[in-house]
Amino acid sequence: MNETALSSQTARRGTSAGVLPGRNDKRRSTSMWVIRGWLTQRIYWALAAVGLIVPLACWTLLTALGSVNRVFLPSPIDVAHRLLTWFSNDDLLGDIGISCFRVVAGWALSALLALPLGLLIGTFRIVQALLEPLTDFVRYMPAVAFIPLVMLWVGIDEGAKVAIIFIGTFFQMVLMVAEDVRRVPMAQIEAAQTLGASRSEVIEKVIIPSSKPALLDTLRITMGWAWTYLVVAELVAANSGLGYAIIKAQRFLQTDKIFAGILLIGAIGLAMDQAFRLLHRLAFPYLYARS
Amino acid sequence: MSAISCRGVCKVFGTGTRRVSALENICLDIDEGEFVTLVGASGCGKSTLLRTVAGLEVHTGGEVCASGSPVLGPDAERAMVFQNYSLYPWLTVMGNIKFPRQLAVHTRNRTSSDVEVASGRADALLHLMGLEQVAEAYPSQLSGGMQQRVAIARALMARPRILLMDEPFGALDAQTREVMHDLILHVCALEGCTVLFVTHDVEEAIYLGKRVVLMAPRPGRIDSTYDVPLPPDRTVEMKHSSQFLSLKSRIVERIRDTSGLRTDLELLQRLAKRAR
Repeated sequence: MNETALSSQTARRGTSAGVLPGRNDKRRSTSMWVIRGWLTQRIYWALAAVGLIVPLACWTLLTALGSVNRVFLPSPIDVAHRLLTWFSNDDLLGDIGISCFRVVAGWALSALLALPLGLLIGTFRIVQALLEPLTDFVRYMPAVAFIPLVMLWVGIDEGAKVAIIFIGTFFQMVLMVAEDVRRVPMAQIEAAQTLGASRSEVIEKVIIPSSKPALLDTLRITMGWAWTYLVVAELVAANSGLGYAIIKAQRFLQTDKIFAGILLIGAIGLAMDQAFRLLHRLAFPYLYARS
Repeated sequence: MSAISCRGVCKVFGTGTRRVSALENICLDIDEGEFVTLVGASGCGKSTLLRTVAGLEVHTGGEVCASGSPVLGPDAERAMVFQNYSLYPWLTVMGNIKFPRQLAVHTRNRTSSDVEVASGRADALLHLMGLEQVAEAYPSQLSGGMQQRVAIARALMARPRILLMDEPFGALDAQTREVMHDLILHVCALEGCTVLFVTHDVEEAIYLGKRVVLMAPRPGRIDSTYDVPLPPDRTVEMKHSSQFLSLKSRIVERIRDTSGLRTDLELLQRLAKRAR
């Protein structure tokens, strides 16, 4: 498909080349704006780099000009410097480790419960009727507001932080898993039934393998949400972690540390997201097979 | 004993004012090894009838029997081929064809020689359907016609006595469809299975069927049955024979009559005149 797009482009360029160069250029530039159009890999990554570098450059410029007070906007160098001292003096790796542990533990716990529960909701109408309205109701309750209750019920140890992340992700995850399972085409299920598959075989050999790619995507997306609940979770009597570091930096007006913490969480999240995408490509080669 | 026998089959969807009679008093007998096609206007319940025979829909009245025993649910002896989306995208072509072998019904009481036979059968079907070249490809890498070949091979894998086909070629282009027609006739004759085939294409229905059953909507019922006056070995030339064409026009006419959708030509002409 890419080849045909390319050849039609060159063909168009060829016909008007040398006749109206100005117009030709204009056509080339508009061809980038084709709805759902196509870009070469090189242009794509060049644009992606521009998208990242321009904000960074603006930020550097703004702080270098000295027009903004450093308390409001620290320079990238300040932030990098802070990261370095955080690493050498304040146990940055420890903070990253404990935060990753909390996020992954809360997320894994909710996945452990949400996957079977969502599978049941998406497969059996009777379970859906029983649990889906309830889940829909609970998921609108603000996870943050559960903090006092969590402190009362779970205490203020690690369990409490994991519990907040769990509450923030579990209910959404159940509904997304149920939706993924419901999206398995009925024809796939019915074909298995007419080939003689029993109910458990349909679930085991059709519904689960068919929904796996969507489920992995759901796990990837909810991992992102688990990270957003980290700072909230570390409001509860924490004395370590990235979220805690951000909250503490707020008290001392260490804007550069706040920046560093936020950027770190973003970078870790991005890395995990990419890892999930890689796993997706490795686990489901049939989705990436070329004809 | 007929392979499929429907006695006064009824199917009602919904209750009260929303009550719709999808099937009403369907009586149909299909002989062992017969190829019967079902045609009719949309909404006449032809797919519903097929799904009822498959055991995928529960009828609300009457009795459906397959090989003499009442249909209570889907069963391996009645395999179904769907219009599309029924292949397993995570399995290769060979994996899809061998899928029935993973199921307990087909592994129970199996000896090692049975396993060999089954393995040979998968290869034979692959060959028969012209799929050797793509055995290790994924369904997404195949054209629509090739995908349907896989679906048919998979359905035949466990030697079903009855093959139910729900517009299997409905999504294919005309040329591919013609190739598939000869293929399916050949394969079904070879396998000796009874076929019930739903389509909205009258030509397809006549070309494939020994008998064409015409259904009418509101309520879904059998309107008429036509014996196809062609020899069992069909060839493309027969499509131009006078018998074929006259039967086709009769069936098309009848479907139009039963559908209740007639173009009011007079009104259109009057409107055209006024516009001028």
